[in-house]
Amino acid sequence: MSQQIIYLLPVLIPIFLSILIKITWEIQNLRYPILLSGPILALWSVYKIQQNSDFMSSSINIFDIFPNIGISLGLEPISFVFIIMVNSLWLVATLYSYGYMRTNNEKRLGNFFSFFAIAIGCANGAALSSNLLTLFIFYELLTVSTYPLVTHKGDEQSKQSGRKYLLILLGTSLCFFLPAMGYVYYVSGDLDFVSGGLLTTTLSGMKVNNIAISILLVLFIFGISKAAVMPFHSWLPAAMVAPTPVSALLHAVAVVKVGVFSIIKVLVYIFGLDILLGLFSVDFMIYICGFTIITTSVIALKQDNLKKLLAYSTISQLSYVVIAILILTPSAIIAASMHLVAHAVSKITLFFAAGAIYSSTGYTKISEMDGIGKNLKVVSIAFTLGAMSLVGIPLLVGFTSKWYIVQSSVEVGQWFILLIITISTLLNIGYFTPIIYKFFFKNELKEVSFKTLPQDINLSIIICCALMVILFLQPNLVMEVISNVK
Amino acid sequence: MNEHAPALVVMLPIIGAVLIMLIRHNNLNWGIALLSGISTIYYSIILYLNARSVGTISYAMGGWEPPVGIEYRIDEFNSLLIALIATVSFLILVYAKSSLNIELKKNKISTFYSMYLLCLGGLIGILSTGDAFNAFVFLEISSLATYVIISMGNDRRGLLAAYQYLIIGTIGATLYVIGVGLIFIITGSLNLYDISVKLGDIELYRPLLASLAFITVGIALKIALFPLHAWLPNAYAFAPSVGTAFLASTATKVAIYLLIKYLYLVYGFDLVYSNQIFIFVVLSLSIIAMFGASMIAIFQSNLKKLFAYSSVAQIGYITLGIGIANYNGLIGSTVHIINHSIIKAAIFLAIGCLVFSSKIVNIDQLAGLGKRMPMVAVCITVSSLSLIGVPGTVGFISKWYLVLGSLEQGLWVVVFALAVSSILALIYVGRIIELIWFHAPVGGMVSQNKIPFEMIAVTVVMTIATIYFGIDTRLTGDLAKIAVENVLLGEQL
Amino acid sequence: MSSTIYNFISSYNYYVIIFLMISGLFIVVSRGNMVKKLVGLALFQTSVYILYISPGKILNGTAPILDDGYSIYSSPFPHVLILTAIVVGIATLALGLSLVIRVNEEFGTIEEDELFDNEPNNE
Repeated sequence: MSQQIIYLLPVLIPIFLSILIKITWEIQNLRYPILLSGPILALWSVYKIQQNSDFMSSSINIFDIFPNIGISLGLEPISFVFIIMVNSLWLVATLYSYGYMRTNNEKRLGNFFSFFAIAIGCANGAALSSNLLTLFIFYELLTVSTYPLVTHKGDEQSKQSGRKYLLILLGTSLCFFLPAMGYVYYVSGDLDFVSGGLLTTTLSGMKVNNIAISILLVLFIFGISKAAVMPFHSWLPAAMVAPTPVSALLHAVAVVKVGVFSIIKVLVYIFGLDILLGLFSVDFMIYICGFTIITTSVIALKQDNLKKLLAYSTISQLSYVVIAILILTPSAIIAASMHLVAHAVSKITLFFAAGAIYSSTGYTKISEMDGIGKNLKVVSIAFTLGAMSLVGIPLLVGFTSKWYIVQSSVEVGQWFILLIITISTLLNIGYFTPIIYKFFFKNELKEVSFKTLPQDINLSIIICCALMVILFLQPNLVMEVISNVK
Repeated sequence: MNEHAPALVVMLPIIGAVLIMLIRHNNLNWGIALLSGISTIYYSIILYLNARSVGTISYAMGGWEPPVGIEYRIDEFNSLLIALIATVSFLILVYAKSSLNIELKKNKISTFYSMYLLCLGGLIGILSTGDAFNAFVFLEISSLATYVIISMGNDRRGLLAAYQYLIIGTIGATLYVIGVGLIFIITGSLNLYDISVKLGDIELYRPLLASLAFITVGIALKIALFPLHAWLPNAYAFAPSVGTAFLASTATKVAIYLLIKYLYLVYGFDLVYSNQIFIFVVLSLSIIAMFGASMIAIFQSNLKKLFAYSSVAQIGYITLGIGIANYNGLIGSTVHIINHSIIKAAIFLAIGCLVFSSKIVNIDQLAGLGKRMPMVAVCITVSSLSLIGVPGTVGFISKWYLVLGSLEQGLWVVVFALAVSSILALIYVGRIIELIWFHAPVGGMVSQNKIPFEMIAVTVVMTIATIYFGIDTRLTGDLAKIAVENVLLGEQL
Repeated sequence: MSSTIYNFISSYNYYVIIFLMISGLFIVVSRGNMVKKLVGLALFQTSVYILYISPGKILNGTAPILDDGYSIYSSPFPHVLILTAIVVGIATLALGLSLVIRVNEEFGTIEEDELFDNEPNNE
C-alpha cells in the first residue's frame, strides 16, 4: 500500500467503522464484533506504520490545502506512545461501554458508538499530525465530533453543558490558537513540527522579538484549552453530564490528552526548548498551572458528585503535565509524557469504577456510597488502586511518573513546582481517602439492590488495574520510546 | 463562435429572458432557462480557459474599437467569477421548478424565470464590461430585475421590501454614476483601462477623491456594507426562496467585484491606499459589520432574516480583506467571494426545502427537524459550520487567509475581531443546531409535502461543495491566487 | 481675485446640480408617501443628467454638426450617455410606480407610517 494510505489508516479506519456501525446497528449479533474490530484494526494499522524502519522521522504529505501547507502525517516518539495509548484504551473502553450502555438502557446507541468512533479517528489524526495546521484541523474536528457525545442524553442539562463545551473549546481555539498559528506562519513561513523547534531553527540568526514569542506561548497554552488550564477549564466539569464511557475515554483519555499532547508538540517542535528558556512568560504560565493544580484540588475536596470530583482531579493532573513541560529540560519532557500515560490509565480506571457504581446502584453522590465495598469488591478495589496511583504510591504507575517529574524539577531547582506537587499530593490524599474509607469501612446507608455488573465491565476494569501495575513494573515500555525525543 | 464568448456570456441569459416572456408555458420556460444556463456555463468556462492562456482578452462590442466603443475586458479574475455565478445560478435553476410552484402564483412563474435570467445577464455584464457607464447600465438591469424577483413572492411584505430596495438601490446606482460623471469630466473617457492610464497623468486631486468617494458609497449601498445594509434583511426574508438563494450568492458579490476593480485597476493601489482615512473607514465599517450584524442575527426569529444578517457580516469579511489590502488579505477576499456564494446558496436552498415541505418561517418551527427531515437538517448544520470557520469547511479557508493578511500588517485588532465574530456566529448557529437536534417537534405540524428529488439533490450538492472546497482548494484557492496575482497586483509584483 | 469670483459665478451649473441632488435626496428621506419618494428619486437622477451634459458644452463650441466653417464643437457624447440614463430612470420610475399600485392593492395605503403600523419591519 502506498505510504499515504498507511499513514491515513488510523484516521480512516475509525471513520469507516462509524459508518459501518450506523448501517449495521440493527443486526444485534454483529454489534459486538464490529465494535471490537475497530480498535483492533486501528492498532494493527499503527503496527503497519512502524514497520517502516525510519518511521520515526518521516513525514508524509497527504495533500495541500494552502500553498505549501496541508495535511501532513508522521509519527515521532511522543505521538507514537500517544496513539498506541489511545487505541489500546479504546479497546478496553469499547468493552466497558457496551456493557455500561446495556445495563443502563441508554438510547440511540448506534449514534453513540458511531460518533465515538469518529472522535477517536480525530484523536488519531491529531496524534499523527506532523504540522501545526493538521493538528489544528483535527483538534477542531475533535471538538465538533465530541459535541454529540457530550449532549447524548438530550435533556436540558446536556444542552446547557453542550453550549459551555462548544463555546469554551471553539472560542479559545478561534481566539487564541488560530491567531497564534497564523503568527507562527507569518514569522517562519512554515508550520512543520521540526525537531529542535521550528521557531528556534528559523529564528536562530535573527534577533528574536522576545515579547512577541512570550505572548505567543501564552496564546498557545490558553488556546489549547483541551488541556484545561485555568481559567478555560470549566468545560470539563460541564462535560460530565455525558454517559460515563464518554467521560472515561474522551475526557480522561482522548480529548484532554490531545490537549496536553498538543501543548507538548507545540512547545517542543514549534518553539523548541532553546527559545523557550529565554522567555519571561514561562514563569507566568508555571504560576498559572500551579494555581490551577491547587485550586482544582481544593474544589475537588468539596465535591459530592463523584464524576465532578474526578473531573477536577483531571484538570489538576493535566496541569501537572503542563507544568512539567514548562521545566524545559529533555528529562522533564519525558517525565511529562510518562505522566500523560500514567494519568490516562489511572483516570480511566477511576471513571470506569464510578460508572460501574452508577450502573449497579444508581448512585452518583459520594455521600450515598457508604459501604459499597462489601458488595462491589472488584470495583472498589479498582477505585482504590486508581486513587493510589494518582497519589503516587509505589507499585502503581502513577508513582513512576510523579517521581520523574519531581526529579526533573529538582535538577533545575524549580522549588516552586516541588512545593506545588507536594501540596497537591496531600490534597489528593485528602479527597480520595474519605471515599475509600466510605467504601470499605462504613455500613450501607439503606437497603440497596445491587444490579450485577456484566462481565465486560468487570473485565475492563481488571485490565486497567493490571495496566497500572504492569506499567510500573515495566516502565521501559514507554520510556525507551520517548527517550528518542531530540 | 468562441471568439464572441464575451458577448455570448452576457447575451445568452438575456435572450433566454426575452424568449421566456414570449412563451408563457411554465415548464417549457424552465427548460429554456436551463438551456440558457448551461450554454452560459459552457461559454464562461471557455472564457476562463482563454483568459488563463492569453492573459487579458479585449473584446470590442459590435466591432467598435475602444476607447470610443464599449469594450469587454476579460481577465483571470472576472472570468473566474463569471463561471462561478453561471454555475451557481444554473444549480439554483434546477432547484427552482418545484420550489416556485409552491411559492408563487402560477401565472407569475414565467415572469420569474425571465427576471432571473435578466438579472443573471446583467450580473455577468457587470463582470465583463470594461466601460464605466456600461457597468452602470448593467447594474441597473440586474437591480431592476432583482426588485421584481423580490416582489414576486406570495408574502405581501415582499412588495414593501422591493420598494425599499428600489429606492435605496437607485440612490446607490445614481451615486455611482455621479462618480463616473466626475471621472468623465476629468479624463474625458469612459473606458476603464483608458481612464486608469489617463489618471496617471492627472494632477487634479480633489475631484478625483470626490469621485472615489461617490463610487465607493454608491457601491457600498449595493453590497449592503454596514450601515448601508437596511434593505438586505427584508429583501432576503420576503423574496421567494429561489430568489433569496440566487441573490444571496450572486448580487452582492458582483458589486464587490466592481468595487475591487475600481480600487485596483482604475484608481490604482497607490492613490487609494495612500489615503489613510479610506483604509480606516473600510476597516472600521467591516469590523462593525462583522460584529453588529452577527449580534443582530443572534436575536432574529425569522430564519431567512437571521441568515440575511449573517450575510451582512460575511460581506464585512470580504471588505475586510480589501481594507487589509495585502496579498493574503486580497486572496482572502477573493476566495471568500467564492466560498460565501457556495455557503449561502446551500443554506438558503436548504431553507427553501423547509418552506416547501412545511412552510417553515420562524426559527422555533425548526424544533425536532433532525427527526422529521434528517437530510435537510444535516445540510443546514454542515453548511452553517462554515460560517463559524470550522476547519474542513470553506469558511476556514477564507478565515485563514484573512488572519494571515491581518497579521502581516500587524493588525492584531482585526485578528481578534475575526475570532470574536466567529464566536458570535457560533452562538446563532448553535441556537439553530440545538433546536434542530435537541428539541422534540412542536405539536400541530403543518402537513408535509415530500420534497422533490431535484431540490434535495441540488441542496446536497451545494452542501458537499462547502466541505469539498474546504479540503481541495485547487479550484477556489489556487484560482483566486492567480486572479489576485495577475490582475490586481500585476503592477505591484 | 476677480478670476476667483468669475470662476465662482460661472460654475452656476454645478450649483443647480447640487441643489437638485440635495432636494431630491431630501424628498426621498423626509416624505412618507411612496409616490413622493419616487418623485424625489427622479429629481435626484435629473441632477445627474445635468452633471453630465453641462460640461459637454465646450467654450466657444457650436452645435455638434460637422461644417467646414467651424472648428470647435460641443461634445455630443454626454447626450448619448444621458439618453441611456433617462431610459434607466424611466424604467425605475415605472417599476416603482407599479410597486406602489400593488402595495395600494394589498395594504390599502401608500403612506409609510400607516404601513409601519400594519407590518412593522422587525417581524
